[in-house]
Amino acid sequence: MSKIHVTTVVNGDEVEFLADPRETLLDCLRDHLGLTGSKEGCGTGDCGACSVTVDGVLISSCLMLGVEAQGKRIETIEGMANGEELHPLQRKFVEHAALQCGFCTPGILVAAKALLEKNPDPTETEVRYWLAGNLCRCTGYDKIIRAVMDAASEMRGAA
Amino acid sequence: MPKDDIKEFRLVGTRPNRPDGLDKVTGRARYGADITAPGMLWGAVLRSPHAHAKILKIDTSKAEALSGVKAVVTRADFPTGLTGEEWNLQENTMAGEKALYDGHAIAAVAATSSLIAQEAVRLIKVDYEVLPHVTDVDDAIKPDAPVIREGAADASVPEGMPPNVVKYFEFGRGDMEAGFKDADLVMERSFKTEATHQGYIEPHACLGQLGADGKGEMWVCTQGQWFIRQMCSAVLGLNAAQLRVTPSEIGGGFGGKTTIFMEPLSLALSQKAGGRPVKIVMSRSEVLRATGPTASASMDVKIGMTKDGKLTAARAEFRMQGGAFPGAPVDMALYCSLAPYKIENVEHIGYDVLANRPKCAAYRAPGSPMGAFAVESLIDEMCRKLDLDPMEVRLKNAVREGDQASYGPTFGSIGLVEVLEATAKHPNLAVPLGPNQGRGVASGYWFNHNGETSVSMAISEDGTAQVSVGTPDIGGSRASIALMVAETLGIAYEDVRVNVVETGALGVNEPTHGSRATFATGKAATIAARAAIKEMCRRAANEWGIDEDAVEWVEGAAQPAGPNAGNYPPMSIKDIAKNMGATGGPISGHHESVPDGVGASFGCHVVDVEVDPETGLTKILRYLVVQDAGRAIHPSYVEGQYQGGAVQGIGWALNEEYVYGKDGRLQNPIFLDYRMPVASDLPMIDTMIVEVPNPGHPFGVRGVGETGITPPLPAIANAIQGATGLRMSHLPMTPTKVLAALKASQE
Repeated sequence: MSKIHVTTVVNGDEVEFLADPRETLLDCLRDHLGLTGSKEGCGTGDCGACSVTVDGVLISSCLMLGVEAQGKRIETIEGMANGEELHPLQRKFVEHAALQCGFCTPGILVAAKALLEKNPDPTETEVRYWLAGNLCRCTGYDKIIRAVMDAASEMRGAA
Repeated sequence: MPKDDIKEFRLVGTRPNRPDGLDKVTGRARYGADITAPGMLWGAVLRSPHAHAKILKIDTSKAEALSGVKAVVTRADFPTGLTGEEWNLQENTMAGEKALYDGHAIAAVAATSSLIAQEAVRLIKVDYEVLPHVTDVDDAIKPDAPVIREGAADASVPEGMPPNVVKYFEFGRGDMEAGFKDADLVMERSFKTEATHQGYIEPHACLGQLGADGKGEMWVCTQGQWFIRQMCSAVLGLNAAQLRVTPSEIGGGFGGKTTIFMEPLSLALSQKAGGRPVKIVMSRSEVLRATGPTASASMDVKIGMTKDGKLTAARAEFRMQGGAFPGAPVDMALYCSLAPYKIENVEHIGYDVLANRPKCAAYRAPGSPMGAFAVESLIDEMCRKLDLDPMEVRLKNAVREGDQASYGPTFGSIGLVEVLEATAKHPNLAVPLGPNQGRGVASGYWFNHNGETSVSMAISEDGTAQVSVGTPDIGGSRASIALMVAETLGIAYEDVRVNVVETGALGVNEPTHGSRATFATGKAATIAARAAIKEMCRRAANEWGIDEDAVEWVEGAAQPAGPNAGNYPPMSIKDIAKNMGATGGPISGHHESVPDGVGASFGCHVVDVEVDPETGLTKILRYLVVQDAGRAIHPSYVEGQYQGGAVQGIGWALNEEYVYGKDGRLQNPIFLDYRMPVASDLPMIDTMIVEVPNPGHPFGVRGVGETGITPPLPAIANAIQGATGLRMSHLPMTPTKVLAALKASQE
């Protein structure tokens, strides 16, 4: 199957790659662009480990074809920190021990950032339902929820 | 060790950021599937669609002819003549004469892209003769069940047992008849639990390379790089020292990554493809169909209790299937099931049964959750019948230091009584319950484990320390080991780097399993640090011209031990390190052993649930985990183990199960249908860390990983009985099952 040339913007940088039409956006990020921070946990959109935003919309990158990225703006975990300066969510995840194995962490951070951009003051229940599409098998979610709430609180204070 | 002996530590017990935190929140951490190699090929595996079938013929010619395909392997490419568990591993890696379960590997392909490899797999033609199959443990133990394999039973199995029984256990003590006679209430019940999967979010992934000269390398997500080396070497007939295995960061394991699945296939493919490295990444459905879920169990328990709550006798008979190979954790289930109780008269009987399912692997406290479900459920029901407080009954019968355990050995220092007393005082127990709500309690036990351990520690030129360990960091063990080493050396936490190293760098280490990393690796690292301190004291003594026994180590510096030793200013670790080249060369410390002094672990959980009478849905309202950690080195990660274990147990109790169809195929091999708990299913998980220090560890550590998965199964069943009056005896307690039971009880 012949490949298709795709030009897109990832974390603010214009990039191009050749995608087999069968490849997902996740495959293209990981295998063509070397952005392995987004993870494949299921390949069926059930675990959220591959969460990225496309034109500001939170998606599972395993459910979008790579060729559909043409002309879009994509944000991944690799673009979350501002240089050396971590996003408050990243910092709070480390401080709260909100990760154990860390495999689901990139997807959860990307999803939580999308939540706080929509709703800077979520209740615990709102955080739990927003993150219901992100599986974590290690933590039981307790420290993840606390880290998100604490980051939200800090970001509100800083604004 | 009495509680008032607890020492104050400078670092142990604090909560610093984990050393690998930055890599893991930025996406930089490299897991199994995250690396590539020059000349790399992609592997894919053909799997059996049948639960049980004779393999008549495998035609790989079309796959081999596909452009981009570099190698195809079948069982014919593996060495023959293996026996015992090595044969089991080889047979599970790739089917021989028969496919033994849905998902069993039949052939594998390496190609220049993942898509080509998958296409090639579809071009392989296999002729099967489908055989009758059996997947349920109670069916598999019937005398006329389809026979999975002739001659698989070991010497423990008495003559005349059904053909799929491959191991038999029988042990106990006391006089059962007299014990039951002394009871005011004797109850007997049967229970079933279904197989569940560890559910780590990272699918298995490896990158293997093997040359024609038998030298190879592997990058792999695993709990134990030496296990991978030993098992791959055995299955492929390699020289173990010629295979270097490097562990990636690991995206969860819970016991499921302590063995091999497709790893030998990547090496066999690589060798056949002229030594080009081959990467294999499993899909989620491959993980669920063809890795190592836990066993399913069918259990009968009989218990005698006096009217004031004393346990007089207990009999446990457990049957488990762990797939098409021996190894269901029925022995562990029996050992753990009655361990929290001091009972004079006990009898344990166990059957390990083959069935057409994947070869089970360890899953967090293997066996303990099933046994606890049966025993703790029945004890709770008896408490209700006799109108006794379940906490008081547990305390009244609790084992203490010096008691003989139900399974034989005598307990050393243990903290069950402390755990139960702390639980009883927790405010969650005083919260009033509303309609359709119930509260359940249950205890749980795990032995904890030591295992082969080798650690090397070296002082750097600037007085900082690097520690090489062999146990992959799954949940913060780099942090806990750095805390212990920094505490011992008297330096800052940030001045210690803990590296998880490849098999070429250390002696043999068992995996991160059995709750052993902080206990065994932590103990070895502490002893290694002490060896380096001894050497640094010797260097200072030489410099000062005094006897080395006259030097002591205080707050990161050598100093004369008292006024008689001489009057010299302290010589800091930085001073000693700076001059090490001139004073005798590199300074390091090593320790290799199977560390003794394992400290057993008990926990108690309390859960409040609400059962919706319209839907049968059980909602967790409140959840409390109380467990003896011995000592919490990094309390946040101890709490994390308690919370994570509890939630895996909640999933097992309420939702998760392997569902096999009449065709013997797994019906739910994706996360949508294999339904693990999500954030919106749960409340916060309250924790209380009890610390009864383990005298066998320099800082009192017991190990905290496993016990927490055990109590949720019975605790939730007990809470559901409180809410509904129904005794649910078959997990998972799905809304469908609870609703059916509610309806049946109203008829």
